[in-house]
Amino acid sequence: MVDFTFWDIARNLLLAVRWTIALSLIAFIGGGVVGLVLLVARITKSHAARRFVAAYVQLFQGTPLLMQLFLAYFGIALLGVNTSPWVSAAVALTLYTSAFLAEIWRGCVDAVPKGQWEAAQSLALNFGEQLRYVILPQAARIAIAPTVGFLVQVIKGTALASVIGFVELTKAGAMITNATFRPFLVYGCVALLYFALCFPISLYARRLERTL
Amino acid sequence: MTNPIIEIQGLRKSFGTNEVLKGIDLQVRSGEVIAIIGKSGSGKSTLLRCINGLETFQHGSLAVDGKHLVHDNPAAMRELRQHVGMIFQSFNLFPHLTVGRNVMLAPTLVKKASADETAALARKLLERVGLAEKFDAMPDQLSGGQQQRVAIARALAMQPAVLLCDEITSALDPELVGEVLRVVESLAHDGMTLLMVTHEMNFARKVSDRVIFMHQGRVHEMGDPEQLFGAPQTAELKQFLSSLD
Repeated sequence: MVDFTFWDIARNLLLAVRWTIALSLIAFIGGGVVGLVLLVARITKSHAARRFVAAYVQLFQGTPLLMQLFLAYFGIALLGVNTSPWVSAAVALTLYTSAFLAEIWRGCVDAVPKGQWEAAQSLALNFGEQLRYVILPQAARIAIAPTVGFLVQVIKGTALASVIGFVELTKAGAMITNATFRPFLVYGCVALLYFALCFPISLYARRLERTL
Repeated sequence: MTNPIIEIQGLRKSFGTNEVLKGIDLQVRSGEVIAIIGKSGSGKSTLLRCINGLETFQHGSLAVDGKHLVHDNPAAMRELRQHVGMIFQSFNLFPHLTVGRNVMLAPTLVKKASADETAALARKLLERVGLAEKFDAMPDQLSGGQQQRVAIARALAMQPAVLLCDEITSALDPELVGEVLRVVESLAHDGMTLLMVTHEMNFARKVSDRVIFMHQGRVHEMGDPEQLFGAPQTAELKQFLSSLD
């Protein structure tokens, strides 16, 4: 039987952290872009657009991320597209993140006083200009802290992508455990690595909350 | 009489089942200064907000400078709002922009004027309201009276034909009211068409050409200030005026 040193375990886990970070970034950036589109749709006067976004948000907030990952993985395959764990995980996490960010940001837009809209309107700014130059800059300031805080949820959420065979930190931990038979040590290291990623971000979010 | 700059006919407005404007007919000539008085809930602020489309109305017509207000036409609304400036009770300056940028924003975006042009315009207007040195200040560094004067400069930057003032001194400490009213008075002297909802009766009497007393969603009494304040015709206006003393 091969003996694994602690360094073997740590090195492989550290390599796997890359994919957790990569998946988090994809989810966060993709989710941010889609979330922004949803946000704008949500605050237009179109009833259809608003209802669609409300339903979208309810759907993704009301089902487990695990199910969304399964559905993305097997659903995309059903469409006849040859899918990989990478694509399914990226799609599922992007949609999930966008729903939450759209909802967080809508709260921030609602927090901007109504008088700001009215002042911008009475200066003849059109809807896009009202948003871009008056409302969103103020909403963004309110949104920074909760958005950074949500990033922590996304990072931890990527662990679920392991169930569809995406090799990130958690999946790597499981594979190493199967080879080394030292689950407590391996999962302990996995947990510590998640903590090392998330804790500084939480700390930063809390500091932003105080200063902004 | 030349064509009226504002022409309102049979305007009716409801919030749900509550009708707050019950048929308003009003014509305003260019350069006229009009004070609108009345109890709270009489519809005077709503009427003002209808004129620049912040409120929609169900019946009647409203035109500014010959342009009809069409709510569901963004281009028409943008055109109309360039002719109508508004100043609010709560100032509503943009807190994330400097005083200068507050004034420059709309001309830059809507009139596509160059940065140099709008900056020069903003400096001129801030000087006019006595705040030339505040160009680079942030709104929250100013007193309420100063903020309201910036708001006036911001509205003037669009060179509106009409200026709507919605209780613009009601949120101010008493000692700051005067500085804002002096600016409004100077605008009146310069021939700006003004419609103001106000609780400052002395100011209304001194500055306005015509006073409108609104009661329960209607223009209840209307006339020149001396007549309206000196010899009120209706019981409601008499009661309203005596309640102020």
